[in-house]
Amino acid sequence: MGVGRRMIKQGPPPPLDESKITMLKKRKAGEPEIAPKAKAAPAKKRRRSDADEQTTSKKAAPKKSKANGAPNGSAKADKKVVEKKVAEKKKPVPMSDSEDEDEEMEEMEDDEFGDLDGVSDGSLDSDEGVGRLSDLEDDDSVIDSDGDDHPRETMFSDDEDLSDAEEQLTAANIEGLSRKLDAEQQAEAEEAEQELQEAAMQTNIAGDRPDVFGQDGQPGLAPDLQLLRQRITDTIRILGDLKTLGQADKSRADYVDLVLNDICTYYGYTRYLAEKLWNLFTPMEAFAFFEANETPRPVVIRTNTLRTNRRSLAQALINRGVVLEPVGKWSKVGLQVFESAVPLGATPEYLAGHYILQAASSFLPVMALAPQPNERVLDMAAAPGGKTTYMSALMRNTGTVIANDASKPRAKGLIGNIHRLGCKNTIVTNMDARTAFPKAIGGFDRVLLDAPCTGTGVISKDAGVKTSKDERDFLAIPHMQRQLLLAAIDSVDHSSKTGGYIVYSTCSVTVEENEAVVQYVLRKRPNIKIVDTGLGDFGSPGFTSYMGKKFDAKMTMTRRYFPHRENVDGFYVCKLKKTGPTPVTQSSTTETSTKPGRARSSSKTESTDDESYDKTPILDEDGSAQDHEGGSFGPFAEDEDQERINRAERNRLRRKGLNPKGVLNKPKKSKDASASKGTEKPEEEKSEAKKPEAKKPEAAKKSSNEGKGEKKTVTKGEEKKEKKEKKEKKSAKK
Amino acid sequence: MRALDETETRTMFTKLASYTGASLSNLIAPPAEGTAVTERMVFRLVKDRVFYLPERIANFATSIPRDSLLTAGTMIGKFTKTGKFRLNMSSLSIIAPHARVKCWVKSNGEMPILYGSNVLKAHVARWSEDAPEHSGCVIFNQNDTPLGFGVTARSTAEMRKLEPTAVVVFAQADVGMYLRDEDTMFTT
Repeated sequence: MGVGRRMIKQGPPPPLDESKITMLKKRKAGEPEIAPKAKAAPAKKRRRSDADEQTTSKKAAPKKSKANGAPNGSAKADKKVVEKKVAEKKKPVPMSDSEDEDEEMEEMEDDEFGDLDGVSDGSLDSDEGVGRLSDLEDDDSVIDSDGDDHPRETMFSDDEDLSDAEEQLTAANIEGLSRKLDAEQQAEAEEAEQELQEAAMQTNIAGDRPDVFGQDGQPGLAPDLQLLRQRITDTIRILGDLKTLGQADKSRADYVDLVLNDICTYYGYTRYLAEKLWNLFTPMEAFAFFEANETPRPVVIRTNTLRTNRRSLAQALINRGVVLEPVGKWSKVGLQVFESAVPLGATPEYLAGHYILQAASSFLPVMALAPQPNERVLDMAAAPGGKTTYMSALMRNTGTVIANDASKPRAKGLIGNIHRLGCKNTIVTNMDARTAFPKAIGGFDRVLLDAPCTGTGVISKDAGVKTSKDERDFLAIPHMQRQLLLAAIDSVDHSSKTGGYIVYSTCSVTVEENEAVVQYVLRKRPNIKIVDTGLGDFGSPGFTSYMGKKFDAKMTMTRRYFPHRENVDGFYVCKLKKTGPTPVTQSSTTETSTKPGRARSSSKTESTDDESYDKTPILDEDGSAQDHEGGSFGPFAEDEDQERINRAERNRLRRKGLNPKGVLNKPKKSKDASASKGTEKPEEEKSEAKKPEAKKPEAAKKSSNEGKGEKKTVTKGEEKKEKKEKKEKKSAKK
Repeated sequence: MRALDETETRTMFTKLASYTGASLSNLIAPPAEGTAVTERMVFRLVKDRVFYLPERIANFATSIPRDSLLTAGTMIGKFTKTGKFRLNMSSLSIIAPHARVKCWVKSNGEMPILYGSNVLKAHVARWSEDAPEHSGCVIFNQNDTPLGFGVTARSTAEMRKLEPTAVVVFAQADVGMYLRDEDTMFTT
């Protein structure tokens, strides 16, 4: 407050030394607890005392305005000395002149303050009031900074002292703790904001257009990280207000290019990824995002409600010297861990399955899915099991959870977690979810697809993402995600009374893997719609447009999470509802019912194949062809037919992974030999013959099992009888 | 996946009965109103592993190819090549509620058990009365959380005369195995 006024009166300060700023920054970073208010307040007090004495040192005032972070309680003589040094360093300009200026200014100020003191008591009072206020704030800040350590310590020691004091962990206590932390966070945020403003004020002086381009270090030398960082912040500031701060001969693109290069050097991203992430945000936010990726997210554990409840778990862990608090209002089972005297992954409570280490972000898709008891639920990419076990806990071990993972080694951890947490309603499978569902099992009430992704949201966890992901990954992975999501949609039972929902989530922030994938399936499957995730206001809405692409208007119902906004891993959650059967099969069935034809029958066989979406274009053509054929019964254009047949055949082969060119000639030959119907029919037969074939091995396996078992157990009734018999036998033995 | 045959059932039930006693019948009790049992539970064999699961889920699991089916329900244990049955760690959650012989350990004895060592007399806080020698025993901590199971080394009467460092329960499995043997526990 005072600083601003002072600056106005004082005129432009001497140009700032770069090293000085970085030092200042460092100090600020070192002691983030001291609020700028606290800094400002003493300065004001001192100023007043100066005014009273009227014998101030002449340079004290400019110095204060320059170095805000300087410790304030030092003796005046020291200040003078320091100030002189600084002045000498900074001003090679004639000393006398500057001193004169300073003198003049100081006199002016002193006069003014004299006036203030003498003339208007009211103003003085108000000033004092402000001082008091700032004192108060000062006190607050002291409490806050203490709040970081002391309450925890006291909690810690208290709990050790009276281990049976359950009041220690009453809800009120938890609330109080979280409230305090909230207040702290708010204070911190305010502080940061103020600091920002201050920084802006410091450098945002008229006529100051920082030249960020001229600071190139020598090529080949290791970059000076301090300078680099300074330049990034400068450039971002310029980008925020290019008109007034930018140089005339440089365009925005130049600045963006510069800052991207700097970010690549400073944080170690590849240029491609840095650009991709940069484009998601405003420059300021992008910087915050990159910064947030350097700090780890808080450790969060999820209470296993199948085994215990949150309060008793918290009590048990506090007794072991773990400092924790509820993760937030949005979750009833999460606990955030601040520090722990014991390894959290090896406490007796962990081994007994009372909790699981799980990132806060991975609660969200399950909360969005909201599985109900007695439902049939699928988790398509389940390992390591945090979400699966959460679903199982929400369903209270009823219904069925099918947990699939494509990787067998990862499934090991999944099985371990499922058994440790006591989930009894799960089946763990190891299949490729793209083709296995709904072929193996369909008709699910809810499907969770936490798709494998590039991991751009969890860079803080795995910094390897910065360099390992290239353009190819950003094409291949979204492709796989689309296939998975289509399979997920097809596996859902749209007529389910309680469900019919799909939740798609990724731990990535890029649009290609999130909105674009959802948009794709919205186009491919008109029988789904985006619905509200049920996560409330937590998180930011999904994008409706990005770099010229327009997405569905309902995309705002999807939720995005960012490390710099919500302090969770970068995440995306989208909830879809299936409203009707997949129209491809529908259309094909209606067609076949109305008019059986060769082309249609081929499409029908396709629909029974695992991937049905590719044939929509073919279907359309068929539809148009159908009009001609059925309506006017005109002459058949053999050539055109043949072309279409060939194309369909090529598509079919490509879908099966065969080389269309290699087999392309065959139908032609056969066509030459016989009519096109002749070529199509054997295919039909083939594909129809496939289905029983697929079923046969299972049957064979069953029979082989039975053979092994030396006893045929075919029907349930027989099994029951067996069991009873065995029981009787056993009891007889006893 | 198939139901157990007669010899297999006998072997497995004998083993389970040594831990649970007569309350073993609760495990396969038919669903009845007014009780906690809501579904018919069955035992199923996949290769040599035995799973305990609701029949409904067992029926689901039949539609999954055997190679890709990793687990269904809770894994109880496995048959060795010689035809014996060996209980797995994960069966603890099944047998603990029905345990016949129980042993509660003090908090200072918890960690040694979780590292796989036997239970010493000094660590025992409470002990089921009239426990016979060499019978299955489930180990709890003082909050009644099951920690593992094993076989009693002495009967209750004999145990009273022992010195504090003597072993009273030979540990067979403990929850620490979730960390120690994670890689081998569920491999088929």
